[in-house]
Amino acid sequence: MSHVLSVTQLRKNYGDTVAVDGVSFQVGRNEIVGLLGPNGAGKTTTINMILGVLEPTAGDIRIEGLDAATHRARAMERTNFAAVYAPLPGNLTVFQNLRIFGLLYGVPNLAERIETLIAHFDLEPFRRVKCGLLSSGEQTRVGLAKALLNRPVLLLLDEPTASLDPATARDVRRKIRSFAADGSGGVLWTSHNMYEVEEVCDRVLFLSHGKILLEGDPKTLPRDHGKKTLEDLFVAVAREPLTLGAA
Amino acid sequence: MNGAVQRTAAIALRQYYLMRGSFSRVLPIFAWVAIDMVLWGYMTRYLNAITAAGFDFVPALLGAVLLWDFFIRVMQGVTMAFFEDVWSRNFLNLFTTPLTITEYVGGLVFTSIATSVVGLAAMLSLASTVFGLSMLSYGTMTLPFLLVLFLFGIALGVAGVALVLRFGPAAEWFIWPIPAMISPFAGVFYPISTLPGWMQTVAQGLPLAAVFENLRAMVAGKEPSMPALLWSGCLAGLYVLAAVWSFRHVYRHAVRTGVIARYSAETAS
Repeated sequence: MSHVLSVTQLRKNYGDTVAVDGVSFQVGRNEIVGLLGPNGAGKTTTINMILGVLEPTAGDIRIEGLDAATHRARAMERTNFAAVYAPLPGNLTVFQNLRIFGLLYGVPNLAERIETLIAHFDLEPFRRVKCGLLSSGEQTRVGLAKALLNRPVLLLLDEPTASLDPATARDVRRKIRSFAADGSGGVLWTSHNMYEVEEVCDRVLFLSHGKILLEGDPKTLPRDHGKKTLEDLFVAVAREPLTLGAA
Repeated sequence: MNGAVQRTAAIALRQYYLMRGSFSRVLPIFAWVAIDMVLWGYMTRYLNAITAAGFDFVPALLGAVLLWDFFIRVMQGVTMAFFEDVWSRNFLNLFTTPLTITEYVGGLVFTSIATSVVGLAAMLSLASTVFGLSMLSYGTMTLPFLLVLFLFGIALGVAGVALVLRFGPAAEWFIWPIPAMISPFAGVFYPISTLPGWMQTVAQGLPLAAVFENLRAMVAGKEPSMPALLWSGCLAGLYVLAAVWSFRHVYRHAVRTGVIARYSAETAS
């Protein structure tokens, strides 16, 4: 499997505080990798470094083989992201936001691509509505439409289904799975919903105190570590990281 | 379309969309400059009425105010476009695209050109129709004035947004008084020779003084000093380069510390 993302010995220090401590992992094509861990484990810091908005203290990030530090613009052309804490500007309409970000990502046949995504995410009734007036679920769908504008080879999703009702969340999961299965991209997904992670992710990485503690198939990993469910394993990672790390 | 041009245009297009749908954003482009033209227009008429014949205050004062307002419009054209991204917490979305800092600043400058040209047109039409000020009668001699003011306005605008990027959204309030703080040194209403020595030294370091000194010379029927204007143009160009360097430096600092990703928090620590 060729890697769309390759992270090697990634580290971020804030003074004496180590936020990410020598993390290495890969995301393959058509693969959905879950980045899990308690609050403050270093998930968002890792994502921000991959996205180029936070400079690593050390380490190497390659997106489709391109060094993100030295070929940032070309690497970002192949990447996109959606996060609940980064909504699109609320003072522009859905169409205007998609057009502007389509131009920024250099999307070919932009008008056609926007129409496809508006239809795909059921956004037709909101095309001329300012994003700030949409419900959180509708805003999430617009954010995902923006995230797929450039057909990214690497899609980063930071808690994409947080604040969504179960029906909308299920629909979003289906769309992301279809993105990974049908195209040539890979997905790095963070979530605190372990049932969702088990359903969606091909592989998970448990992060604690900036280090990857566990890695494996979310369906078999709990049993391998003597836990019944992924949620039990998550709680154990959050409370007893040293015990699990030793195991 | 070339990728860099397309991304620069996208930044300007965002501002166009915002203005197209917002009366409160369009009005200030005209309103403040119109108020200044009316205020100073009647002031100059009054001065013309009470002083001895022979000196026309309209071009000397109203013309100077018009150029000064153009300079402020240029500066605010950059800062307001930047503030739109601050207020809508858009940095994370913008700077995770292939957009470069040069393209982003280019988009802000392009927006400033558009808004300041509209403001200039409004001022020229009001000043000429109501108060008989015809800057066009000076022909192409006004172009160097506008160019110097434009360059220095861009420089101060970019330096201002670098300051806000460095110190967080609350630093917005450092930006608004900048024109008022430098106006005593600019010689908008009086010759620089009126100032005490230390203020004259400061004024020599700003490109603005040469513009207003030469405007007064031109109104008095003298030839403007082209070497002085050329020097102030070069000085303004240097300020632009320094401002862009500062913005890039502050941006790199923001990426290193994580401020870009958590801008609304003002600090990552």
